[in-house]
Amino acid sequence: MRGIAFVWQFGEVLLAIALAPLFSGWIAKCRAWMQNRTAPPLTQQYRMLRKLFLKDVALAENASWLFRAAPYVLFGTMVLAAAIIPSVVTDLPFASAADAIALIGLFATARVFQALAAMDIGTAFGTLGARREMMVGFLAEPAILMVFFNAFLLFGTTALTGMVDNYATHPSVFDPSVVFAAIAFVMVLLAENARIPIDNPATHLELTMIHEAMVLEYSARHLALIEWASSLKIFNYACIGIALFIPWGIAIHGATVGAVLIALLTLIVKLALCGAALALIESISAKLRIFRAPEFMAMAFLIAVLGLLVHLLLGANTSA
Amino acid sequence: MNAHLWANFLNSVLSHPLGSTLLIVACWPGIAIACLLRPHSIRYVARFLFPVGALACVGMFLLAGTFLISGHSTEVMTLPLGLPDLPFHLRLDALSAFFLLILGLSGAGISTFAAGYFRSGEGTAPGLLGLHYHVFLASMAVVMLADDAYLFMVAWETMALTSYFLVTSQHRILEIRRAGFLYLLMAHLGAISILLSFGVMQGGSWQFTFDAMRNASLAPFWATVAFTLALLGFGAKAGLVPMHVWLPEAHPAAPSPVSAMMSGLMLKTAIYGLLRVTFDLLHVKFWQWGVAVLALGLFSALFGAIFAGVQTDMKRLLAYSSIENVGLIFTGIGLSILFAASNMRLFAALALSAALLHALNHSLFKSLLFLATGSVLHATRQRSLGKLGGLIRPMPWVAALALIGTLAIAGLPPLNGFVSEWLLLQSFLYTPQLPHAFINMLIPLGAAALALTVALAAYVMVKFYGVIFLGQPREASLAQAHDANWLERIGLAWLAAGCIAIGVQPQLALHAAGRSTGMLLGQIIAPDPSVWRIAPIAPEQASYSGWIFLAVILCVVAVTFLAVRLLAHGRVRRTAAWDCGYPWQTTRMQDTAEGFGQPIRHMFGAFFRMERDLPSPTDLTPRYRVHIEDHFWHAVYKPIAAGVQRLADAVSYLQGGRLAIYLLFSFLTLLGLLVFVL
Repeated sequence: MRGIAFVWQFGEVLLAIALAPLFSGWIAKCRAWMQNRTAPPLTQQYRMLRKLFLKDVALAENASWLFRAAPYVLFGTMVLAAAIIPSVVTDLPFASAADAIALIGLFATARVFQALAAMDIGTAFGTLGARREMMVGFLAEPAILMVFFNAFLLFGTTALTGMVDNYATHPSVFDPSVVFAAIAFVMVLLAENARIPIDNPATHLELTMIHEAMVLEYSARHLALIEWASSLKIFNYACIGIALFIPWGIAIHGATVGAVLIALLTLIVKLALCGAALALIESISAKLRIFRAPEFMAMAFLIAVLGLLVHLLLGANTSA
Repeated sequence: MNAHLWANFLNSVLSHPLGSTLLIVACWPGIAIACLLRPHSIRYVARFLFPVGALACVGMFLLAGTFLISGHSTEVMTLPLGLPDLPFHLRLDALSAFFLLILGLSGAGISTFAAGYFRSGEGTAPGLLGLHYHVFLASMAVVMLADDAYLFMVAWETMALTSYFLVTSQHRILEIRRAGFLYLLMAHLGAISILLSFGVMQGGSWQFTFDAMRNASLAPFWATVAFTLALLGFGAKAGLVPMHVWLPEAHPAAPSPVSAMMSGLMLKTAIYGLLRVTFDLLHVKFWQWGVAVLALGLFSALFGAIFAGVQTDMKRLLAYSSIENVGLIFTGIGLSILFAASNMRLFAALALSAALLHALNHSLFKSLLFLATGSVLHATRQRSLGKLGGLIRPMPWVAALALIGTLAIAGLPPLNGFVSEWLLLQSFLYTPQLPHAFINMLIPLGAAALALTVALAAYVMVKFYGVIFLGQPREASLAQAHDANWLERIGLAWLAAGCIAIGVQPQLALHAAGRSTGMLLGQIIAPDPSVWRIAPIAPEQASYSGWIFLAVILCVVAVTFLAVRLLAHGRVRRTAAWDCGYPWQTTRMQDTAEGFGQPIRHMFGAFFRMERDLPSPTDLTPRYRVHIEDHFWHAVYKPIAAGVQRLADAVSYLQGGRLAIYLLFSFLTLLGLLVFVL
């Protein structure tokens, strides 16, 4: 393995950690524009993190070690995910640690830790949020698995780096099933990242919140780490989407420094477009009642299965 | 000189693995008899003899492990015991060694825990408990070593009987006696089915050695009959839906180490039996068998996960989770049969490795969790989830070790449950290459059902752990709960260490499973060139590295922690939790296990028979009651039971109670026989 690969690896991780709050800030800004509100500055997320890190932690009396450790674990899993997802280059030494399916497992680890931490204090909201979060999780997993199944049929691999390599070297690969998979993926992305229509990141209304209910007891540096991990999560999901559906521009194996710089620029442009699109979807849809969430996720699942069937029926070339 | 002797001894042990294994197996009946010497002394039986049994388990684990790693060839032996002309045939091959490894590995943890767990004055005398316990262990080992149907059935029945006595060790409680009878009944129905299956498989040679069955040439019809009977028999033992009804009754009724033995080890003997019959004796003939096993397995898995989600008794929850995990193992076996019968040996080996590894993993984490519930039970005298909570504070050791088991069973990396479930999902990916177009369209849905099951399992385990260990204690008495004693902690830590080791470094376990797939299918999954990761088919296609997972997460946690401390500060102020402006809350107002079951009841209502009493809003003493049963009980078992009852009533007319009538019957029978003979 070449030494330069480790440079790319660490560069990419640091980039993800640094850019993630900006991406969340960009989505919030776009939302504000579309809703005719005064937009917060792009750096709002960074300021919030700084403020939270400097505050004293107000910890519930009966909080256990699990409650205090969970934010760090959460942050750690999201950083690991960022190390695996090829956002700029595919020449990543750590990428072989997990294929797309193992990545689902990694996100599940984060989810379980967050849910357990939410139950630790024993307040009504924490447990309620944990239960709802786990419910959304088990609804989303079959759908996202079908998306990756479809990708496997197309590219003959479940490794994200392999998919990007295959896609970029065979630009002619286009299959109608990809469209279905993309729609299903976006629906899962919205559900998994506590966005409208499943959850609303801006609400503190008791009856509807999921993510906010889970983090209600957190404060200061713990909350900062959780918020940072959340923005890393949506950043990671966006990067998975980019790698799966619009990988052009990502520097594939053995790329030069110039290609990597171009890849970096394309990534920023793509993320900007993705963020705007997410804000648009969020602005034009309404929050669903919690028990409509299964229907929404079932729809995502069915769309993904439909894509799979389209692929199988068309009898397309299974490995490009 | 001494070292030389030891080397010689070790060498002779390793060159006669079957003999050494038998010596270890013989230790357990020896301990069992020793238990009777001072049957009422808890110190002698539990604190002294159980650890000796645990040492034998460790020996078994090491022996089976070296047998598998060194790739020793199959060894057979004939013991001149048993009936005249029917000697015992024994055989140690890769498959039996793999299951003996499971037995030794988990058995060591369970026996160590049991040494600290059993208290005097709980049901059966400790000596009898120890007797049954160790005979049970030995019979499971003999099941895996048997090379003829006779010895197999003898061991199988010994296993069923000893476990029955263990389940009913608190026989003064009516429910436990009933659960025991149900278990005994189902065990025997299964045993009859297995016996008939062996009867078909001997194929007219009337030789009941497994060698004869291997070489018998069965007509396709009779092969399928034998397979179906074996599936029914072993499925009943494994708790496959719809033969699962005994499992959620019997496992919670037993003392916790016995629940752990039954769930962690005894269910695996059924898996072993099915693999032995299907792959070794019947040589996997038809892909339709695979579809049947796959469908039953997937349904059991989903069924178990859904029912686990609505349980309010912690041991019943784990029992349903066992049904789920057995379902996952059967799913892997089904896929493997499907691939093997379509002559895709590599993928068959992948699916079978996943199933074997999951059997190993399940024995570790399920034993761990059952044992943890035992500690909780002793500390609090509560089994109901509605009366627990907040135990992470008084019981930090049990809570920390149970957390590892919880994360493992929820299928989360970098622990062991994830590895086998990942391998199973990987083998689903290759199903579109099967030569059956229609099946190909359906199987992806199977993969989705699998993903749903795994995610539901995570939901269930968050409920399990969260309600027992997190939150606030729902009863005042929980504050006095004490942590497990040191023998219990060692037992739990042994199993937890296994969960972590296999999760981070699954190569060795996969290597061991590979011996079995090599023997049964003539194919092993490709070893990865790098020791850091596993890549079952090819590194370009999919790979997973537990090391990188663990190392990166730990590094990031450490760096973040230090960075936050250095750049900001570590000040903490303890305050009360936010009470929503309503200070009159009690700890009983926390979300309950029923509350956690509510989304499941809502979404999967069709699976349940539910009776629910909702209090009216004006009721001053409101009571909420929900009772959940499964459909099989009413649709299958009750009609059969009623039919048997009617038949018995009809026959009971013969039993008039008058001697003259009975003599008349004898006379008529004799007359009839005379006519028949002449």
